[in-house]
Amino acid sequence: MSFPWSKEYKPSHPLMTWLDERLPLPRLVYNAVGGGYEVPRNLNYFWNFGFLAGLCLVIQIVSGVILAMHYGGDTSVAFNSTEHIMRDVNWGWMLRYGHANGAAAFFAVVYLHIFRGFYYGSYKAPREMIWLLGVVIFLLMMATAFMGYVLPWGQMSYWAAQVITGLFGAIPLIGEPLKEWLLGGFAPGNATLNRFFSLHFLLPFVILGVVILHIWSLHIPGSSNPTGVEVKSESDTVPFYPYYVGKDGWTIGLLMIVYSVFVFYMPNALGDPENYIPANPMQTPAHIVPEWYFWPFYAILRSFTQNFLIFDAKLLGVMAMFAAILVWFFLPWLDKSPVRSASYRPLYRKFFWVLVIDVLILGYLGKAPAEQPYVFVSQLATMYYFLHFLVIVPIVSSIERPDPLPFSITESVLGHDGAAKLAKD
Amino acid sequence: MIRIFSILVGLFFTVALAWSLLWDTIQLSKDGLPKSAAAEFGEHAKPLKLASDGPFGKFDKKQLKRGFEVYAGVCASCHSLQQVAYRSLVHAGFTEKEVKELAAKATVNAKDPLTGEMKDRPGLPSDKFQPVVYAGNGVPPDLSLITKARKGGAPYIYSLLTGYEASQPAELVKQFPDAKTPEGMYYNPYFSNLNIAMAPPLASDDLVTYSDGTKATKDQMAQDVSAFLVWTAEPELEQRHQTGAWWILFLIFATTLAYMSYRNIWAEKKGK
Amino acid sequence: MAQEAATGAPLGTEGASESEGVRRRDFINIAAVSAAGVGGVAVIVPLVSQMWPSADVLAESSTEVDIAAVQPGQAIKAVFRKQPVFIRNLTPAEITAAQTVDNDPKQLAALRDSQTLAQRTKEGHESLLITMGICTHLGCIPQGAGTGEVKGEFGGYFCPCHGSHYDTAGRIRKGPAPKNLEVPEYEFSGTIVKIG
Repeated sequence: MSFPWSKEYKPSHPLMTWLDERLPLPRLVYNAVGGGYEVPRNLNYFWNFGFLAGLCLVIQIVSGVILAMHYGGDTSVAFNSTEHIMRDVNWGWMLRYGHANGAAAFFAVVYLHIFRGFYYGSYKAPREMIWLLGVVIFLLMMATAFMGYVLPWGQMSYWAAQVITGLFGAIPLIGEPLKEWLLGGFAPGNATLNRFFSLHFLLPFVILGVVILHIWSLHIPGSSNPTGVEVKSESDTVPFYPYYVGKDGWTIGLLMIVYSVFVFYMPNALGDPENYIPANPMQTPAHIVPEWYFWPFYAILRSFTQNFLIFDAKLLGVMAMFAAILVWFFLPWLDKSPVRSASYRPLYRKFFWVLVIDVLILGYLGKAPAEQPYVFVSQLATMYYFLHFLVIVPIVSSIERPDPLPFSITESVLGHDGAAKLAKD
Repeated sequence: MIRIFSILVGLFFTVALAWSLLWDTIQLSKDGLPKSAAAEFGEHAKPLKLASDGPFGKFDKKQLKRGFEVYAGVCASCHSLQQVAYRSLVHAGFTEKEVKELAAKATVNAKDPLTGEMKDRPGLPSDKFQPVVYAGNGVPPDLSLITKARKGGAPYIYSLLTGYEASQPAELVKQFPDAKTPEGMYYNPYFSNLNIAMAPPLASDDLVTYSDGTKATKDQMAQDVSAFLVWTAEPELEQRHQTGAWWILFLIFATTLAYMSYRNIWAEKKGK
Repeated sequence: MAQEAATGAPLGTEGASESEGVRRRDFINIAAVSAAGVGGVAVIVPLVSQMWPSADVLAESSTEVDIAAVQPGQAIKAVFRKQPVFIRNLTPAEITAAQTVDNDPKQLAALRDSQTLAQRTKEGHESLLITMGICTHLGCIPQGAGTGEVKGEFGGYFCPCHGSHYDTAGRIRKGPAPKNLEVPEYEFSGTIVKIG
């Protein structure tokens, strides 16, 4: 946000002046991620994940565009062209492992980013639009990741395509035709693979576009902060450059180290061995599981086993799985607490941590086979998931008595005396 | 208004789940926890130490060559290796000349580039291993990626090859009559469902004669072929390990510098 | 932003700290930005080199042909790097035709791309003319290697696309092509010729 004390862009060279008058791109960058963007000085490391998610998107787009130069989107060659990349293309193994693990890194970072939002109430007014766009990005990421996973045309690729499109078949009346339309056939085939390839190439650029909107809408109110108290004076903020460039910058290194350990030393640790077997429409793997970042939603899908009222079990599972993400859209209006940060909300904070544990449990169960006692636990965990967002959050936000908030961001950093001293100077 | 609606939706999902949970629990109390022969009698892979293990692992070229000899002498009659090209064997301890001779033994049915007709010709180093025609029932899996395509990797392959047992434990047949080894199959506690169609491939010593003179015991052959199959699945392993080591060292250095720079930038903004 | 970063610490450190301290801080900031630059370049290397021919393509970068059966007057085609190669066993008459030009300095100098037959063949195998089957004009495949094909006005090869005529040494004699048919690298071992 442009505060009264935000610095204005001053071209340092006649050439930049010339450019600024015609196409103020340097000014745009300066105001977006440069010295012109004032940011609360008290952000903790959980605020780094937005920047890191952007980095992951860049890694995925660059490595993906290159992989597409060597990949063949036809069921007869898809698996072999993937192996061709791994064996014969110069540095192909690095690009492919980098892309597959890059997806995992992207999701890991985005999950942390989302849970930062849950804890610190980042979705609350006036930042609802940032949140809504963020959920849209997450949905697009899920679609992109799923379609990308189908491309190597291994066993798990094929059966993932079969199962996920099967979800749409659960929709009453239009389900079956919709499924055939999505697949371009009666089972996953060449038409499916080709359209998934096309869309997998397209969607990341759509994500990039929504990311730009996400950042744009962020710059209207400015970044939130761990206290949830709005910026009041100049001493509350620091310019993005150099302060947060420096802070985000060094954590790029940390992320890259963790990511590289996976790419170079355990590239298949997160993947399923089944996907190194070429797709076989006549034989289902004993145990179909999605990639780890879908496990919690997969557990929710599978926890509905009985028909209830007019809904059959399959439809309930599909509804619940989509609802599990769609409820996030309503979060800004379900949580009515005037206090943003859970640091000052003792009751909500407890439920937040229960949710974290709940989602971790759901993740574990999504990987486990669909049998007892896992089903039993996932039914309880799914119950909590929906109760949390749809019942607990609205009720807690009405009845809770929040802790006292600090007067300002400066006071939260320097203490009351420090802030008073600074004000006197 | 929206919150009343949301609470109703939340309760709907909760009740639907409770309904599922109720019936599942009733069922569970009748059936008890599911049991399977594989869960009770299956074994975890035996440890196998290979030169390619660990972050600095490199292939033992001599072992790869022996492993290839086992593949060619034993496995190749049923299992193909279609992702691997002959030329790549130079990275597995073979000379260019040996590779050329080896490739020439294969018959490759390929399009004659001049006339466009399909013709048989002797293999070239640039060719890949040819498909294997299996006479029996079923399709023995291609082995190119087998250590990546099976949970447990090379130790699993090694355990499977050496893990055949002459007969099933009596307790198993008693508890799980369905899991009795069918006619024409073999009991192997390392296999996912305990009964495998593949006859013990390394049933006796000296099935192959190693060119380097190593004694071809069953265990030696199983280890060597497992090592070879790691190479066929991950020929990039050495380059990956080396590149990774330098890159991560550099990253640690650069990240330390970046951290120091960050501390500098924030030096006078840190509170208290 | 990058430019600003490259010029070092842009911080309000004037006055308060000693100049020694400032210099040390500048140094660390410059070092950090440089390290990031080095990392960026290191990442670009594989991104660029992936476009070079892959290992399977390189494996087909040489071709071996058995020429035992090629009689004088005959020519065969082979495939080298996915392109045609002409291997022609010249008849004494064809050799004479080429050498007539070689031995006449005037005619030799008048050639568009002046080369002798000896320069275009290997010692001890002067009758074997091995050239790429690609017209140096715009890349069509000339005729003259197959049986019954037109050999052009000079008895060598004729490119029908734009009418380039090559003589019995594969030299350009008439038409738009700028150079003689290219002679690839090759070597003999017995009756096997290894091209590339």
